[in-house]
Amino acid sequence: MARAVTTQHKTIATAAAWIVALLIFFPILYTIITSFKSEQEAIQGFALIPSGTIESYSEVQAQSGYFKFFLNSVLLSVGSTILALLVAIPAAWSMAFSPTKRTKDILMWMLSTKMMPAVAVLFPIYLIFRDSGLLDSRVGLMVMLMLINLPIVVWMLYTYFREIPGEILEAARMDGASLWNEIVYVLTPMAVPGIASTMLLNIILAWNEAFWTIRLTTTEAAPLTAFISSFSSPQGLFWAKLSAASTLAIAPILIMGWFSQKQLVRGLTFGAVK
Amino acid sequence: MKLRTLTLGLLSASALAFAAHAESITIATVNNGDMVRMQKLTDDFTSKNPDIQLNWVTLEENVLRERVTTDIATKGGQYDVMTIGTYEVPIWAKQSWLLPLDKLGDDYDAKDIIPAIAGGLSVDGKLYAAPFYGESSFVMYRKDLMEKAGLTMPDAPTWDFIKQAAEKMTDRANGVNGVCLRGKAGWGENMAFLTAMSNSFGARWFDENWKPQFDQPEWKNTLQFYVDLMKAAGPEGASSNGFNENLALFQQGKCGMWIDATVAASFVSDPKASTVADKVGYALAPDNGLGKRGNWLWAWSLAIPAGTQKADAAQKFVSWATSKGYAELVASKEGWANAPPGTRTSLYANPEYQKAAPFAKMTLDSINAADPTHPTVKPVPYVGVQFVAIPEFQGLGTTVGQLFSAALAGQSSVDDALKQAQDAATAAMTEGGYIK
Repeated sequence: MARAVTTQHKTIATAAAWIVALLIFFPILYTIITSFKSEQEAIQGFALIPSGTIESYSEVQAQSGYFKFFLNSVLLSVGSTILALLVAIPAAWSMAFSPTKRTKDILMWMLSTKMMPAVAVLFPIYLIFRDSGLLDSRVGLMVMLMLINLPIVVWMLYTYFREIPGEILEAARMDGASLWNEIVYVLTPMAVPGIASTMLLNIILAWNEAFWTIRLTTTEAAPLTAFISSFSSPQGLFWAKLSAASTLAIAPILIMGWFSQKQLVRGLTFGAVK
Repeated sequence: MKLRTLTLGLLSASALAFAAHAESITIATVNNGDMVRMQKLTDDFTSKNPDIQLNWVTLEENVLRERVTTDIATKGGQYDVMTIGTYEVPIWAKQSWLLPLDKLGDDYDAKDIIPAIAGGLSVDGKLYAAPFYGESSFVMYRKDLMEKAGLTMPDAPTWDFIKQAAEKMTDRANGVNGVCLRGKAGWGENMAFLTAMSNSFGARWFDENWKPQFDQPEWKNTLQFYVDLMKAAGPEGASSNGFNENLALFQQGKCGMWIDATVAASFVSDPKASTVADKVGYALAPDNGLGKRGNWLWAWSLAIPAGTQKADAAQKFVSWATSKGYAELVASKEGWANAPPGTRTSLYANPEYQKAAPFAKMTLDSINAADPTHPTVKPVPYVGVQFVAIPEFQGLGTTVGQLFSAALAGQSSVDDALKQAQDAATAAMTEGGYIK
């Protein structure tokens, strides 16, 4: 009887998970479907079977070169992630292993910066970028993306480092390990999965960031978010082309997310499940 | 071999020297068909001006507006040419954010620009933006359905006629709505239509002392007429419909009439995109016999921000893109029907254009019927037909648009929407220092 109930529960839970997953994935699926429709089909109403035309992809590619935007997206997301890790690992390390009375406050303060609407600081940031000559530069945008994702990166790494038992480090010290050896041979192997999942999540966040990447760029540093934005039209049909541009923009990160989903899930849940 | 190497070296060096010398200008624009066409035709400009390279930034309309506003207000200098509308030009010119266009060349023929459009882009007699394409609004209607209803559309219909025709043409069992009008909230969406419509009902946004006028009977008549008309003869879910949604409905044969931008004529008469291409007639926007029609005036225009370091190159580009020669270039490559409309008088005198664009005369008449400096029956302290050219209008117009869209959707009554609009406008004008 107990087994039957368990099986029933599992079936319900699985079905519920599938429904939720489909609901979440459906907008992306419908974007992909719409990208294979003509503009007339796209606006005619809900239909799951497209005619299969690839004219929107041809037009999108002809209208603006995809690869320059793609390359910028790769550089910005990977570059900002490396920068963020360089700053966040020491910060999270010190807060996890040498906490003070104020550590929690500092962490909360860091997180609170995420609560401010980005548009509130648009003008000051724009002026700083203008005066530093960083408008439309990849370096400037990398720094910006690093800064806006830094609180999340620090929090994730901090939570992960806290899971590493301090006794292991003490044991290493007892065996005469130097600080460097402690970091390289003891801590790093245990922290690598956490750092990897943090890195993956940060790449996704940076890839999808659309406020600053559109507002601080023009031609040289514009990533795929600017590419998508260019296909919306106030006068004329554009849904199929916009869907094709969106599909091209999300495809790389979707594929990356698919292959690294185990690390991602682990990264997002490790604190809770332990 | 040595000579070949030397020649190649010299060529490379001269190419590098040229690249270093070439000036590049950045142009911000929207993704409209005419703008996309211009980007494809820029080889003509660069071949005539080999020392100027063009970089394009295409953005969604609202993002573009916000982006260029930020850049121009901070003198960021990211753009050398920007695409803006008739709403921005008077405001930005007064702020000294734009350069006057006084170096467009001897053969530019600025006097050929349609006077109503030139008026909307000038401040104190100086042109601050050159129109790339202009538009008014008019009635597009199905000739077959009108005939079936036993009616004849006059060239200059009244609102009462539109109502009568819409009710007769409505055949919801067969998916035909008598009239399709904008309902989607936004200062450039439903409020463009409703503000222009209200002008013909004798309404105005503000009196001479900037006091909001939504509590006056003219606005009540406008909004009540609109809501009643749409209930009786409009499509389902009209409060979500903007230009593109109504375009799709009309092209699919689901609207008897559509009152919207004159540029839509080329879309609805295109047999490749429209199922009713050969059945469309055109008429002036309706009136109520008060001397003003319910049509608007808009021009997507090219302007040069005051912060640019490349003003001469920018003016050369603006001159090329808005010249008579550009229209001829488009005609030679893609036919006269695709020439950018609504900017030059000479285009409408061209027999080839008249032949290719059956809506040409009605477009010109509609543009000429709009007067941005005297948009309303009663006097007003502002310019702009379907907008009020003050910085506060974007936010306020969208707020009022949301209230009116809710009234159309049946979420609030006409009286409630007008009362809330009056309160919102009074608060905004007080905050802006217009009302003491």
